[in-house]
Amino acid sequence: MANPLRAEVVRLYKNLLYLGREYPKGGDYFRDRLRAAFTKNKSVQDPAQIKEMIARGEYVARELEALYYLRKYRAMKKRYYEE
Amino acid sequence: MSGRVLVGVKRVIDYAVKIRVKPDNTGVVTDGVKHSMNPFCEIAVEEAVKLKEKKLIKEVVAVSCGPQQAQETIRTALAMGADRGIHVEVAGKDYETLGPLQVSKILAALAKKEDAQLIILGKQAIDDDCNQTGQMTAALLDWPQGTFASEVSLEGDKVKVVREIDGGLETIKINTPAVVTADLRLNTPRYATLPNIMKAKKKKIANVKPADLGVDLTSRLEVLRVDEPPQRQAGMKGSTELSRRDS
Repeated sequence: MANPLRAEVVRLYKNLLYLGREYPKGGDYFRDRLRAAFTKNKSVQDPAQIKEMIARGEYVARELEALYYLRKYRAMKKRYYEE
Repeated sequence: MSGRVLVGVKRVIDYAVKIRVKPDNTGVVTDGVKHSMNPFCEIAVEEAVKLKEKKLIKEVVAVSCGPQQAQETIRTALAMGADRGIHVEVAGKDYETLGPLQVSKILAALAKKEDAQLIILGKQAIDDDCNQTGQMTAALLDWPQGTFASEVSLEGDKVKVVREIDGGLETIKINTPAVVTADLRLNTPRYATLPNIMKAKKKKIANVKPADLGVDLTSRLEVLRVDEPPQRQAGMKGSTELSRRDS
């Protein structure tokens, strides 16, 4: 992996790992798939490609945050407000 | 005005966990169960941080009452943008009987000590559903209150609050200092991501005991029994169920 980008990739991985703990199908399910996705691409050297993959990872992180928020919002709305 | 906002955050059993009643019916099982910040408290923290980002207030102080683990909840508030935390240590028997009356006494004492301009709380906790702490705190301080807020705006030394009430929306204007309680539609709380949690480790959490604030924690309530809600009857769904059985 290109040296300066290595830190970014590791940071992204740790971030996704942390976010994945609350995944509805289970933190282990998420962690296995996260690891598989990262190891599949571990031989990529082109910095442009790596940057693109990091962006994709950040997109997944944002999607997870949105998922968690919507779940919680819908649960609260269902429990506390007359439909 | 000090420009300081106090935000109360409560550590509750996570909203997604299936609650189980203890076999002796004295309470619910909390050991080993996932806990997190009360969802309405998250909305309260988000509102306070938003006010600070708009430069309408200067400092956000997150407060939580409870045992050591309450510090995790304060850390989440710090990761969301609060500047510092205050952990009011309440443990053991005192914690079991800790309710809105005791918490509001603590918050009132802290508000005076910290010279708070605004107290923002969640409207209720998802574990006890009391919906009392904000109201009691305002009464103890003799401050105006804007409860069930779905919109908050600071206008000079007054606060305009749009409240969600049964009939619709009510807009009120109250003087500061004041107490506001957050309702579901007030804002969308940000997620406390790992980098923010790391940054928040540098922020301070002060330790305080209720006795230092001159607060008496005696409860006037006694829990007699805790039961599960009645089980729903199976197969009573309605016409679709019957028609399927008929065919």
